[in-house]
Amino acid sequence: MKEIAKEVTLDQRVAAGRGEIGGRYLSDSEGFLSGLFLFPAVVYIVALVGIPFVLAIAFSVSDVSVGDSTLDFVGLRNFRVIIQTPQFQRALRNTFVFTLIAQAIVILLANILAVALSQDFRGKWLARTLIILPWATPISLGTIGWLWMLDSKFSPIDWILQAVGLLGPDTLLGPGRNLNWLGREDLAVASVILVHVWRILPLATVILMAGLTSIPQDLLDQAAVDGASFWRIHFQVAVPLVLPIMYIALLFGLIFTFGDMVVAFVLTRGGPIYYTQVLPLWAWFKGIDGGNLAEGAAIALFIFPVLLAVAILFLRSARRMEVT
Amino acid sequence: MVFWYNLQSLISNLHIMGIVETRGLKKHFGDVKAVDGVDLSIQTGELLVILGPSGCGKTTLMRMIAGLEKPTAGEILIGDTVVTELPPRARQIAMVFQSYALYPHMTVFDNISFPLKARREPKMDMKKKVEWAASILGIERLLARKPRQLSGGERQRVALARALVKEPAVMLLDEPLSNLDAKLRASARDELQRFQRQLGITTIFVTHDQIEAMGLGDRIAVMYNGRVRQLGPPQEIYHEPADTFVGTFLGSPPMNLLERNGYLVGFRPENFLPPGVLEIGGDVVTFPYQVGRVENLGSDRLLYGTVAGAAEDNRTVSKLPSTVMIPVEAGEAYDFIIQRKDLKFFDKATGLRIEPQPL
Repeated sequence: MKEIAKEVTLDQRVAAGRGEIGGRYLSDSEGFLSGLFLFPAVVYIVALVGIPFVLAIAFSVSDVSVGDSTLDFVGLRNFRVIIQTPQFQRALRNTFVFTLIAQAIVILLANILAVALSQDFRGKWLARTLIILPWATPISLGTIGWLWMLDSKFSPIDWILQAVGLLGPDTLLGPGRNLNWLGREDLAVASVILVHVWRILPLATVILMAGLTSIPQDLLDQAAVDGASFWRIHFQVAVPLVLPIMYIALLFGLIFTFGDMVVAFVLTRGGPIYYTQVLPLWAWFKGIDGGNLAEGAAIALFIFPVLLAVAILFLRSARRMEVT
Repeated sequence: MVFWYNLQSLISNLHIMGIVETRGLKKHFGDVKAVDGVDLSIQTGELLVILGPSGCGKTTLMRMIAGLEKPTAGEILIGDTVVTELPPRARQIAMVFQSYALYPHMTVFDNISFPLKARREPKMDMKKKVEWAASILGIERLLARKPRQLSGGERQRVALARALVKEPAVMLLDEPLSNLDAKLRASARDELQRFQRQLGITTIFVTHDQIEAMGLGDRIAVMYNGRVRQLGPPQEIYHEPADTFVGTFLGSPPMNLLERNGYLVGFRPENFLPPGVLEIGGDVVTFPYQVGRVENLGSDRLLYGTVAGAAEDNRTVSKLPSTVMIPVEAGEAYDFIIQRKDLKFFDKATGLRIEPQPL
């Protein structure tokens, strides 16, 4: 319909003898342009997401391995095998526990930080920049930094604890001079969660800060005039209003943490034993390191339903926010 | 009965408290003097209108009274207590913002009860008070709704109910009618005044709309450039303006100003009439008037023209009510008449009112 309308106006202009009449260019066609612009994105998604995903499904129901690349269909045998191994069960549980605990801490700390950084104070910009830095750091480098921080002998955290008299002989944290962060089960788990929090916190803080600044000042002033204290204003007015945005921050955090293998790989390689093993890392150990591509693919596919659910929630809430 | 009891106690409370005073109040934002020395005293039960163009400092003044801005200098007293340093919640004030600032995630009931919750009132009292405020404003049936399900007029009532339920010493209203459409505005104005009179609640009303100010105020404070130019009852402000700003800010069309012998003569368009309307022989003055254009608005005729003998390009307006049938033609010259008592004189340099001068 649009095309016809264009032609008519062109004809009219010819009849009126006004304006310069040229041919239509290819770039005038919306159909062609939209195809052209979408093409790179489609190629990218198909090549880097679509094909590997289909391959993973194919691998998971076959007996492919590094030594034998022919795909023979074996049904759900790989799934049956991996589910029964304690490593897998532990990795599955850890992935959920690490993600949920890390996100709970992130949301709590992000709220505090976002409120603090929204206030006016000297050096606000410096503080904001420092908060963002972990997000700008490549995750592997950041985690290597933490690896040193959590070193079994030369951990600066241990030194600080020693200096304030919490660590060492006759102190609260015991006789040893080191906590051995990554060597003890509980501390290794805490360390992995800590680094996840450190990594996601900046993003969540920035998202929440943006949300807080979008609250109309009138509402906050009104609450102040209505007699509400700082905490009441925050929890009964500000937080409910930024809830949809907090939700987005949470979904981002869930995806990043759930699918991450770098933190556990760099810090602990899943150890001690397999106490900090997570699904993506176990899939990598099985499939790439161990050469059993089929079982690796089957493990990795367990991540998919969770990420799918999160992605659906994500798109839904994004659409809801568009409407209002 | 409970409502009446509450109403009575509310009124008696209000008579104990409720005098607001500002002393030499200033607020400077860098070089901008938003409020530059305001002394006001508001009487108990009074409705004081602060009137001025946008940017005159009226909202800043109100925000300082509310405790939302810290004054650069000066003092604020509410009921004989100096509240300058106190946070908003310690001031016994209620405020209605131009946007109404209803909490979008709460129901109307929760919106109205919010100030009471903040004060930790018992649940039972809270419910009674909310119902009382809602009944005064006729919004009982809206209590379960969310703000987005309300019309503009309903939102305004909810905002008023939320202000009222606090039983404040002073109610601050920041252009509460400007978000309503023109038709609703007139009835809301009427209702607001009735309800203010009925409760006798001390009210400060900020507006840029002179009709609202004239219609509502017990007194009007006209503000310009951070200062109060004139404070007085509406009729006084209108008929005896203290300077040319007040004279030309009020009235539609505004006061005519003519330059004569080094001073300014001001007169209202509705007092500037064609011959035959006023009896000649009274104490009147005649101006030769060249009519340039006639605008017939139905209820009035507006004449745009120039007065001969004054400055070349003076634009002088005459407003004739439709009851004046005398024909006036564009392009013709007439001798227009004005009563001497309707002439106001102003200093040319300062714009301030001066004694009547010989013409």
